[in-house]
Amino acid sequence: MPIIEAKNLVKRYGEFVAVKGVDLAIEAGECFGLLGPNGAGKTTLVRMITAVSPITEGQAFVAGMDVTREPSKVKALIGVVPQEENLDPDFTVLKNLLVFARYFDIPSKEARRRAMAILEFFELAARQRAKIKELSGGMKRRLLIARALLNEPSILVLDEPTVGLDPQTKHLVWERLRTLKERGTTQLLTTQNMEEAAVLADRLAVVHEGRIVALGTPAELIARHGGREIIEAQVSSDRRETVLAELRKRGVYWQEVGRTIYIFRCDGDGLTQLSEMGLDILGRRVPTLEDVFLRLTGRALIE
Amino acid sequence: MMWLSPRALRVWQRNRDVFFALGKSEMPGLIIEPVLVLLSMGLGLGAYVGDIGGRDYMEFIAPGIIAAYGMFAATFECTYGSFVRLDYQKTFDAIISTPLGVGDIVTGEILWGATRALLTTTTVLAMAAAFGLVHSPMAILALPVGVLSGLMFASISLTFTAVAPGITTFNYFFTLFITPMFYFSGVFFPLSSFNETVRTLSWIAPLTPVARLMRAVVEGKLEWRLIGSMAEIIGVTLVFFSLAQLLMKKRLFR
Repeated sequence: MPIIEAKNLVKRYGEFVAVKGVDLAIEAGECFGLLGPNGAGKTTLVRMITAVSPITEGQAFVAGMDVTREPSKVKALIGVVPQEENLDPDFTVLKNLLVFARYFDIPSKEARRRAMAILEFFELAARQRAKIKELSGGMKRRLLIARALLNEPSILVLDEPTVGLDPQTKHLVWERLRTLKERGTTQLLTTQNMEEAAVLADRLAVVHEGRIVALGTPAELIARHGGREIIEAQVSSDRRETVLAELRKRGVYWQEVGRTIYIFRCDGDGLTQLSEMGLDILGRRVPTLEDVFLRLTGRALIE
Repeated sequence: MMWLSPRALRVWQRNRDVFFALGKSEMPGLIIEPVLVLLSMGLGLGAYVGDIGGRDYMEFIAPGIIAAYGMFAATFECTYGSFVRLDYQKTFDAIISTPLGVGDIVTGEILWGATRALLTTTTVLAMAAAFGLVHSPMAILALPVGVLSGLMFASISLTFTAVAPGITTFNYFFTLFITPMFYFSGVFFPLSSFNETVRTLSWIAPLTPVARLMRAVVEGKLEWRLIGSMAEIIGVTLVFFSLAQLLMKKRLFR
């Protein structure tokens, strides 16, 4: 049985439909990534699953419990790392953890033991008496993750956990998240960072305009939507129509950004004489998750 | 009922811990200001007023000031204090990701607001006693009256906080609601000194029954008709407690 299950989840804010019918099944112990541009509905989806946002239509289950019926029990199993820092500025690092542990009814002696172990794990033990405003951005993020682990959650939910972090901190966080996964913690991660998605996630769902538009392991997604090779090319404006017509005829997918054309080659597309067609080839490369992302969610800026 | 879950206590404990962490900065509002008002009005204005109904002016206003500063304590806590937790610090967002719900937050905030009212009531009562303005042992009942009043003003305030778009909106709340009550609810003058219109408004103001009750217990003159004042406070509390629950849920759980 999946540890997280969503059935036709819909979220409406008045006229606006933020999530348009999402089905999801996440297995215990896996790291599942939600990948999508700003406003795709990732955060709203996660908020419904974690019982902090009412579900307009459909159902969500965590460990077999309906999140609408048993929100407290569901939330007791989850640790949430928000994107926006919401630590208590009036408390020290340690006190933040102790107060938070109390929300889960963890007895104070046990809370202290856990807090110290977790601070150690995130290399924050030396700062236990520091005020929040004395911490760097990276320390705050580590503390947020630390806080989410106090209830020893079965599921860790992370909203863009490394955005804005320096590379050292980012790698420390990734390493710790992998350790947690080895210990059996299910992870639900939203991200826009392709490297992060590739490094951490066992499976990914690409979310676009409130729907899941692709689902699979990173390798599967690349194989399915990235093709064999990406060619970056330019074409003179007088040859443009002819070239695009040729690509269309061969059923090749491409994207045009300014004067650059990105051609997603696949096996047997018969595209051999690109330069004779009038294409000025800038480069060829192996497709990445980023190409998949841009193909599925478009290259246009999303405001 | 979910609203009265023991989890609300966790929110109360969090606020208490912050209060003790910040301790010293709370002192001015807690002691200094009410004493300043009591002395300046009592001695200054008192010299011209003489006495009211056979008691010294300072004795007349002392229970009113106890009532008013209890109101201020709960009100500040559940407007500016709660709003900072709601909007700036996102404390409530952090809390609803735990087993606690919005209902627990609202109840915990209101209980904490009432606790602040109790603390202020206690210190101002002690000050008044130190100045020799308290004669009846019944005055100890000022503390439960302070709690009731605190619950009411915390509920009213949190209702307003739940719909406040920004922190500057509280200027309206204080200028149009709290400050007028301070002057027109029988704290400084008997309601009978006002004309009919003002008196009608005073009767509606929720500080009026609190000032009346406070005066009665501090002077040790309990009467049956005070039950009406108590019922009024409890009624207003229930209405605004429910409103605060509904509106805060609408704001946070969306």
